Amino acid sequence: MNNDYDIIVVGAGPAGSTAARYAAAGGAKVLILEKDRDVGYPVRCGEAVSHEGIVQFITPDPKWIASTVTKFRLVAPNGKSVLPKLDGTGYVLERRIFDYELAKLAANEGAEVITKAYVYDLLRENGKIVGVKTLIKDKKTEIRAAVIIAADGVESRIGKMAGIDTTCHIRDMESCAQMTLSGIDVEEDVLEFYLGDSISPGGYLWVFPKGKHTANVGLGLSVEAAKKKSAIKYLQEFVDRKYPNAAMLTQIAGGVPCAKTNPEIVKGNVIIVGDAAHQVNPVSGGGIISGMIGGMIGGQTAAESILSGDINHLQEYEKRWHKRLGWRHEIFYNIKDAIAGFHDDTLNDICNSALTIPEEKRTLGGIFRTALWNKPSMILDVAKVFVS
Amino acid sequence: MAQPHLMIHIVPGKCDYCGCCVGVCPEDAIELMESKIAIIEERCTNCRKCVWACPWEVIEFHREGIAHLPTQIPQLVNDPTA
Ligand SMILES: Cc1cc2nc3c(=O)[nH]c(=O)nc-3n(C[C@H](O)[C@H](O)[C@H](O)COP(=O)(O)OP(=O)(O)OC[C@H]3O[C@@H](n4cnc5c(N)ncnc54)[C@H](O)[C@@H]3O)c2cc1C
Ligand code: SF4
Ligand code: SF4
Repeated sequence: MNNDYDIIVVGAGPAGSTAARYAAAGGAKVLILEKDRDVGYPVRCGEAVSHEGIVQFITPDPKWIASTVTKFRLVAPNGKSVLPKLDGTGYVLERRIFDYELAKLAANEGAEVITKAYVYDLLRENGKIVGVKTLIKDKKTEIRAAVIIAADGVESRIGKMAGIDTTCHIRDMESCAQMTLSGIDVEEDVLEFYLGDSISPGGYLWVFPKGKHTANVGLGLSVEAAKKKSAIKYLQEFVDRKYPNAAMLTQIAGGVPCAKTNPEIVKGNVIIVGDAAHQVNPVSGGGIISGMIGGMIGGQTAAESILSGDINHLQEYEKRWHKRLGWRHEIFYNIKDAIAGFHDDTLNDICNSALTIPEEKRTLGGIFRTALWNKPSMILDVAKVFVS
Repeated sequence: MAQPHLMIHIVPGKCDYCGCCVGVCPEDAIELMESKIAIIEERCTNCRKCVWACPWEVIEFHREGIAHLPTQIPQLVNDPTA
């Protein structure tokens, strides 16, 4: 029986839209199915990205940039802070518009998009996956395709339906809460990070500016740590203390899989990309750019498979991903493991010694080097980062 | 009377549909739509990972079980036994 599409992409986040864009550009007939009514909404994200990451895919446009940032402030548990320069420029996005633009780029290449289309199962015939079962505006519909790309985010179930275990260990899942606050004073060009056991144990709290008087204020902590106290409780305490008079424009819950890439990301004619595949920087929790890179490689490889008629070629996706970024995430994961063990004393020490560095030389690397110089016992902690 | 199986309960109206709970569920026992969520009772082992994961404390654990509470949302789409 004929296929309706070559490739179905489940999920229209950054990973899904980018996969669809490159798959369509590669010559495949592509359909994106998105369960929500609007692409890009609701926004569950701090929205910070690097210029370097973005320009690989799209030219920065003021219509989806809320703030341009050049510095970041690390606030230690004792309240002292350092304000190093970022390696390059960064942006705080309006993802509501940004995600929409990414979907438009896919559509420009010929991909079709249907929203309010929830994929609830895979379609099988003689034991083979031949498409998806979806509820489109509450009507059950079956759609056939040769390849399925699961870009269904942290809540991914499509991989599991295909027999790929994508469960994130509770040690690695970051349980997140965020409020967008307005009527507050923020520095428009500074990303702020608050560290400490009483703020967000093993994780961090962020204040990302969206203009001069609005910011995304959120935090993430490992589910393991959240057993004792939830993300929303930590966040509420911080906001009550720091921004008691702020107006709350939105509040959201979220999860980030800060793990290594899922051990399996291709099975038969199904591949998984983005958060669903745990393609996230395990230290920062940043997943927009990594997900787009995963999506791009996945989409390109899938189109090649379609055009050559060789489904086994999909295996290349896994190799290409690991060569491009997966290997770095493995290293970052070890760094995360070590940092997660830092308690307030170590964090205060790092900040104190950083303050001794001349301002213009305060980069992340410089801070760590000086911290080591001033407090050699930290070498043990940092050594853990690079060994193992 | 049979022992009620399900011991976790998603408080109606409180969920943000963020999916953090789904991401940690080892049994694929949570179904999440745009603004609906349900536990697939036959799959849930009451491991509580979703309870810990929920950033908003929307999922509760009841030692005595909750299968017969009228607030439980019925199955959404999937037939888990199929
Ligand atoms: C609080 C928070 C703050 C963050 N801050 C940052 C940050 O500052 N910078 C950064 O780079 N990253 C950040 N991240 C991570 C980033 O948001 C994600 O990594 C990124 O959105 C992943 O993109 P994705 O396309 O893989 O998934 P998503 O963007 O989650 O997209 C998945 C899509 O799939 C759809 N979907 C799911 N299941 C189905 C189904 N069955 N049928 C149809 N559609 C389905 C969903 O509705 C969704 O639209 C943050 C995350 C959180 C939670
Ligand atoms: S209790 Fe465990 S098995 Fe049941 S829904 Fe929650 S995470 Fe899944
Ligand atoms: S983690 Fe909590 S808020 Fe998020 S979908 Fe699950 S129950 Fe709802």
